[in-house]
Amino acid sequence: MILDGKCPTGPIEQTWDKHRFDLKLVNPANKRKYNVIVVGTGLAGGAAAASLGELGYNVQAFCYQDSPRRAHSIAAQGGINAAKNYPNDGDSIYRLFYDTIKGGDFRAREADVWRLAQVSNNIIDQCVAQGVPFARDYAGYLDNRSFGGAQVSRTFYARGQTGQQLLLGAYSALSRQIKAGTVKMYNRREMLDLVVVDGVARGITVRNLVTGELESYAADAVCLCTGGYVNVFYLSTNAMGCSVTANWKAHKKGALFANPCYTQIHPTCIPQAGDYQSKLTLMSESLRNDGRCWAPKKKGDTRPPNQIPEEDRDYYLERKYPSFGNLAPRDIASRAAKEQCDDSRGVGPGGRGVYLDFADSIKRLSEDTIRERYGNLFEMYEKITDENAYKVPMRIYPAPHYSMGGLWVDYNLMSNVPGLFVLGEANFSVHGANRLGASALMQGLADGYFVIPYTIGGYLTTVKPGQVKEDHAEFKKSVEDVNSDVNKLLSINGKRTVTDFTRELGGLMWENCGMARTKESLEKNLKKIPALREEFWKNVKVTGSGADFNQQLENAGRTADFLEFGELMCRDALHRNESCGGHFRSEYQYDDGEAKRDDVNFCYVGAWEFKGVNAEPELHKEPLQFENVHLAVRSYK
Amino acid sequence: MSDHKTMTLTLIVWRQKNASDPGKFETYTAKNITDHHSFLEMLDCVNEDLILEGKEPIVFDHDCREGICGMCSQVINGAPHGGQERTTVCQLHMRKFKDGDTIYIEPWRARAFPIVKDLVVDRTALDTIIQAGGYTSCHTGGVADGNAILIPKPVADEAMDAAECVGCGACVAGCPNGAAMLFTGAKVSQLSLLPQGKGEAAARVKAMTAAMTECGFGNCTNHYECQAACPKGINVKFIARMNRDFLKAQFA
Ligand code: SF4
Ligand code: FES
Repeated sequence: MILDGKCPTGPIEQTWDKHRFDLKLVNPANKRKYNVIVVGTGLAGGAAAASLGELGYNVQAFCYQDSPRRAHSIAAQGGINAAKNYPNDGDSIYRLFYDTIKGGDFRAREADVWRLAQVSNNIIDQCVAQGVPFARDYAGYLDNRSFGGAQVSRTFYARGQTGQQLLLGAYSALSRQIKAGTVKMYNRREMLDLVVVDGVARGITVRNLVTGELESYAADAVCLCTGGYVNVFYLSTNAMGCSVTANWKAHKKGALFANPCYTQIHPTCIPQAGDYQSKLTLMSESLRNDGRCWAPKKKGDTRPPNQIPEEDRDYYLERKYPSFGNLAPRDIASRAAKEQCDDSRGVGPGGRGVYLDFADSIKRLSEDTIRERYGNLFEMYEKITDENAYKVPMRIYPAPHYSMGGLWVDYNLMSNVPGLFVLGEANFSVHGANRLGASALMQGLADGYFVIPYTIGGYLTTVKPGQVKEDHAEFKKSVEDVNSDVNKLLSINGKRTVTDFTRELGGLMWENCGMARTKESLEKNLKKIPALREEFWKNVKVTGSGADFNQQLENAGRTADFLEFGELMCRDALHRNESCGGHFRSEYQYDDGEAKRDDVNFCYVGAWEFKGVNAEPELHKEPLQFENVHLAVRSYK
Repeated sequence: MSDHKTMTLTLIVWRQKNASDPGKFETYTAKNITDHHSFLEMLDCVNEDLILEGKEPIVFDHDCREGICGMCSQVINGAPHGGQERTTVCQLHMRKFKDGDTIYIEPWRARAFPIVKDLVVDRTALDTIIQAGGYTSCHTGGVADGNAILIPKPVADEAMDAAECVGCGACVAGCPNGAAMLFTGAKVSQLSLLPQGKGEAAARVKAMTAAMTECGFGNCTNHYECQAACPKGINVKFIARMNRDFLKAQFA
């Protein structure tokens, strides 16, 4: 099947405005008759639920945490991009559009990216109105900083907690709607199934994480805003509860999964310290504004960093990419760090680390200035490593951070299952094969505040409200299916803990489907993952009961889904015989080690259809056309 | 990778099946713990052992494990979040303890936070306070340009100081009266400092303080334990500020 993204045509500058005009509107008096489910309350979900509630729809919002304010968008540190051009340094909507297409290595849709760039400015205004305390200068104007992959300063920030402040802004808007009664909030609920009736999404089955009860919720449309899947690597910068589960359940009910192999490995994270470790912590990319990445020139140089003289240091990013230097895009910076370590020039435990050095900036600007800019990050670094980064360089290493792939959606953010919308990181739409810094927050809020409020109406005008209720047979069947999975997990009573399996799967994914992949490594995983999955279902041990608060059971369900999803990810990586963005196939590179894209054969979105757990999925393609940005080899030299 | 010395610790942990169970302390041993384990990773290790013994692991709230989501919530040796300055439980590392230590671990205890299970409490009361008025009533779309409102750096910075609250509830757990003044004061102050929030300041402070009382939070008697417990260093000056806002609102 050739997929159609239903993108508007014509001059790109007019596409979104024209499309908005063409979309049918729901009569204001009818809006409250429509029920809309929003799963997840991060930037995308929180913004969507608040905005849809405000428009008058009847919204039911769900999150697995104890409060909607805790979704992992909160952990984004650095900032949010917008094409305001306040610094007068040459930015424009067109440039943000261009940078994002190029940064994504030409694997995203032009129309979607244009819209993102266009609404980016509204987002800043919206957040300011909510009381988000963005950084300001003494005169009171909004301040900007630079981020990777751009030569203009377009990133707005709130200290090192931009994600937190934006999320709390969305949460406050959501709280206002909860109070107004337009949104009903369900905390501590995990979505465990999508209910599809006659091919149309009609609701969800959730587990009440406190009582263990399975609950059914029907609606006229379902919006998944459930984030990314890089916890498939076990160690990542994601929160512990982040999983592929909601997306995977939807996938098993017919939603296509697009480009699962595009994962972002963030270059600046704190290296792993031991096997017991449960997560990795990111150090904002903004640090690369003032920190210089280097590794010793000599192999196995164990001297403390301060005793390695200048001439023995390799500032490898500045050397390889003189025009972007330390601000090279994430995929490039990550691979470069890995190269240094693979070449036995890594530092710290296990040799898996490089330095991020602030000595020059401190000399140039003073320690106080650096503290003012990044104080909380230095503090966090010290808490974890017990080292003072004002005195010794930070050690950093790449870590899984974000997923560009996700459920396939059309221009309206609707999946191929009518009535199922997918927003934010959970969809695949705008980042192509690599996401630029400070654009995840932009996308989440764009989808939630400024896209879904329009596009969902276009769909709802085609359906009669309230056609299917919770007493429909499909809801009962869904509950029975989920219940039988729960019981099965509890009855195995094997010898290995859930974490043990998650860790093993993560190891396989990182080793064979991580920063660099080969045909051989991927084929190895395609054998090992099914075997591990089989063992899981025979040998996992989950204690306690299903009718209770049971965190092991929650984790077991998430791991079971990762064990299916991991295989799809490897399959996608194996079929894509090219390197692009975050997907680096070692067989496809230029002599200098740069990624070798194949636009003749792979300039498409690869969307997979589920055919059964042990059956081969079917690939569908959506060809990508570039009419505004010239398809070219990406260069940051 | 573990070239560190390891520690063995005795944990005395609050176990409670559900809200109606009276609950009690149980003793566990944490073995092979290194300096680099985080406190929650230490508990993970204990839980792995419990699971393999067929016992129910200790239930505790956590998510981001990097000090920003506000989900983790444990009283360690009597101090919310363990008492290290500006540190959440998830950021607390075992290098702060030594081999042979005994550690008491309890949930937040406050009238407004009923215990759900073991170390997990119900903090929806904090959401209720925000719902009462912790926002500006702007609509999506149709707002002014971000630079149309000038906010000089010192004002933006002070608003940000207040906005850093992660909503963990440690201030409540640390307060002898179980008050939520620091949490509420921080939100009230953030919004009343900013021009965008000034218009509704009077109505907001009244509504939010009323919600605070309705939810069962206690009164402030100036112990300042909240500030000591706060992992984000939220300053008690925001309580004073809220009190001033409240007084002003009576005459507004
Ligand atoms: S004021 Fe401090 S202790 Fe209280 S909820 Fe906020 S961050 Fe937690
Ligand atoms: S787990 Fe998020 S703050 Fe501790």
